[in-house]
Amino acid sequence: MSTDTGTTSTDPAVRPFHVEMAEEAVADLRRRIAAWRAPEREPVDDQSQGVQLATVHDLANYWATGYDWRRCEAKLNALPQFMTEIDGLDIHFIHVRSPHEGALPLIVTHGWPGSVIEQLKIIEPLTDPTGHGGSASDAFDVVIPSLPGYGFSGKPAATGWDPERIARAWAVLMRRLGYTRYVAQGGDWGTAVAAAMARQEPAGLLGIHVNFAQNVPPDILGHIRNGDPPPSDLSDAEKRAYGQVAYATYHRGYGVIQGTRPQTIGYSLADTPVGLAAWLLDHDETTYGHLARLFAGHPYGAITRDDWLDNTSVYWLTNTATSAARLYWQQAVTGKNFYAAANVSLPAAVTVFPDEYVTAPRSWTEQAYHKLIYFNEAGRGGHFAAWEQPDVLSGELRAAFRTLR
Amino acid sequence: MPEETDIHPFRIDTPGDAIADLQRRIAATRWPARELVKDRSQGVQLATIQELARYWTADYDWRACEARLNALPQFTTTIDGENIHFIHVRSPHADALPLIITHGWPGSVIELLEVVGPLTDPTAHGGAAEDAFDLVLPSLPGYGFSGDPAEDGWDPGRIARAWAELMRRLGYPRYVAQGGDQGAAVTDAMGRQAPAGLLGIHLNFLREALGNIGGMPADSPEERAALAAIKTFAASGSAYFQEQATRPQTIGYALLDSPVALAAWMLDHDTDSYYKISRAFVDGQPAGNLTRDHILDNITLYWLTGTGASAARLYWEGGQAAAAAAGKPRPEMKLPAGVTAFPGEIFPAPRSWAEKVYPHLIYFHEAARGGHFAAWEEPQLFTEEVRASFRPLR
Repeated sequence: MSTDTGTTSTDPAVRPFHVEMAEEAVADLRRRIAAWRAPEREPVDDQSQGVQLATVHDLANYWATGYDWRRCEAKLNALPQFMTEIDGLDIHFIHVRSPHEGALPLIVTHGWPGSVIEQLKIIEPLTDPTGHGGSASDAFDVVIPSLPGYGFSGKPAATGWDPERIARAWAVLMRRLGYTRYVAQGGDWGTAVAAAMARQEPAGLLGIHVNFAQNVPPDILGHIRNGDPPPSDLSDAEKRAYGQVAYATYHRGYGVIQGTRPQTIGYSLADTPVGLAAWLLDHDETTYGHLARLFAGHPYGAITRDDWLDNTSVYWLTNTATSAARLYWQQAVTGKNFYAAANVSLPAAVTVFPDEYVTAPRSWTEQAYHKLIYFNEAGRGGHFAAWEQPDVLSGELRAAFRTLR
Repeated sequence: MPEETDIHPFRIDTPGDAIADLQRRIAATRWPARELVKDRSQGVQLATIQELARYWTADYDWRACEARLNALPQFTTTIDGENIHFIHVRSPHADALPLIITHGWPGSVIELLEVVGPLTDPTAHGGAAEDAFDLVLPSLPGYGFSGDPAEDGWDPGRIARAWAELMRRLGYPRYVAQGGDQGAAVTDAMGRQAPAGLLGIHLNFLREALGNIGGMPADSPEERAALAAIKTFAASGSAYFQEQATRPQTIGYALLDSPVALAAWMLDHDTDSYYKISRAFVDGQPAGNLTRDHILDNITLYWLTGTGASAARLYWEGGQAAAAAAGKPRPEMKLPAGVTAFPGEIFPAPRSWAEKVYPHLIYFHEAARGGHFAAWEEPQLFTEEVRASFRPLR
């Protein structure tokens, strides 16, 4: 794959970027994992008290003895990576142009506890469809930025980098790359950024695709806040989503911690790799279950142990877990609810993955995305769709954006 | 096989290796960037925790704490299958009233050390001989030297039953109980269970109101202020509560592996105590008895006993018990109860709320100073409250 910067951007503000971690930092990480002081085993036989000791043992053993960071570094450095300053902050991004003429530019935004590592498996199917079961007319140019405070992007030194501001920065990035017609995609925090872009309607943005729908109507959110049972007039799909959002609202300790005390948890995440790894494993019950089995030797879609530890190692080696956690705080101080209806008028497409922790009902989704051009329930996959099921997500993006080309 | 009921003397003897390892880990701390705000609204501030870490490695002496604990009569005994550590100090005065005090989170018996003298030996501390108490200070299961329960189910109700057995085993046919924070949950449960011999309780935290805000009157300015304080706590100050109630094991990995992570987690309890502790470190201005050494005694105890995860689990247990009890009427509280409201507490409990929760309220008072860690911060005021509250029950 070419890393020739001359063909990738003409803007002098865009600098080529390579990852190169100091050997001392990599050795220090290994030392800290090996010196891990473990708690007692949880007194329950399931994940009801959090990440289980056996899983953390499996992960720590592999991280300290089998895992090779330099392999991840080489993988990243084989891709065209860049750095550019937007709104006072260095933004890192991967930018891969399709070999096909007329490819549709696409900006994909990762979430938490992810990074650009999540998106690496969709780069080839999207940019080179003819080699991956698609046709030349499905080709995308792909831009994959690291969120502010995440991975190799800069850490904001002041408050204010909420999804709205990130969305404005992404529009600047696409313009700077010379794209006049493009689309945007995201799940998790990426869905909030994509929706904010769509609401802002920057010149050139044709539409968005999300794999996590923000679609809960305001009155329903009120009921959830009050701890009410689901209103009786909800459909079965709405009742299911009601239960899922209500559960998430009251069982996301990490979300509340990161939303109100990112600095406090930051002392953990900066100082103990195993503490960080456990924190990142505990996103939602279904994903955790898959990951626990993965580290016990069972496959989890396309995600390997190395993939998962690449992502965890990026958080560790860049020491960005605190600045990443701050995105929750930044959203919380705006008073916005992550699940609230996106209120998007640009063309929008939604794919529902069956293992996602909230499975969107079509009814609410149509109200939240006023021009819903595509809605599909995928056959398999969960929260990390691009990572777990890159072929399925790639197929969804081709289908979703076909009418916008 | 009947349970062994023997009581064994206990002394702390921390291996030098463990102290050296703690020192090494603090010195090797890798820090996050400074918070982006000028207050605690993003959590424990970097300047505070860095000064704590500096003092911890440069000036702090765990052996002094160890000697202080070992100067007190400490014991262990097995109750309901679990090892229970406790301090037991008998008063020099005859007819002293036996009192069991339960600490909370993020506390330990360290919180209560300064009240041992005034409560057991009142004539040496501004009181009268008839105010004397025999004192029992247990470590909650999963906390400090009690160690980690190997099975689930140790909710406040089960702990309360264990405490009744402890008092019976110590030969006390008449006694009283006291607590704040999680200790208030245990003490309230003891009151509702009303074991033989328990005469009444005193609380410095109206824990019961937290679980039943809708049932509390909200008309007077005091009542509305208390409600507003609880809402603020729920919205922006209770994340640690939710994490420990749902994922104690997950946060446990950091609390066992990083002393600074543990210290930060424990400092972030409530606004009043956080700023007091922060001033103790950053400005060298402790509030009352909340000194740098005392704060680090408590944190070091958590570290050396490796109980960060097991202590957090009490919130999970409380959550399980609350879910199981949902919709069922609370067992009636028939025993006399006293309540002291300290001004820096998470919410200032109004008298009307105390009356609502405890129909047989024998004592209510608003203390002039002090916060969530009342016994620790203001041992003299706390002692006077306990004396006054239990006087009618002697």
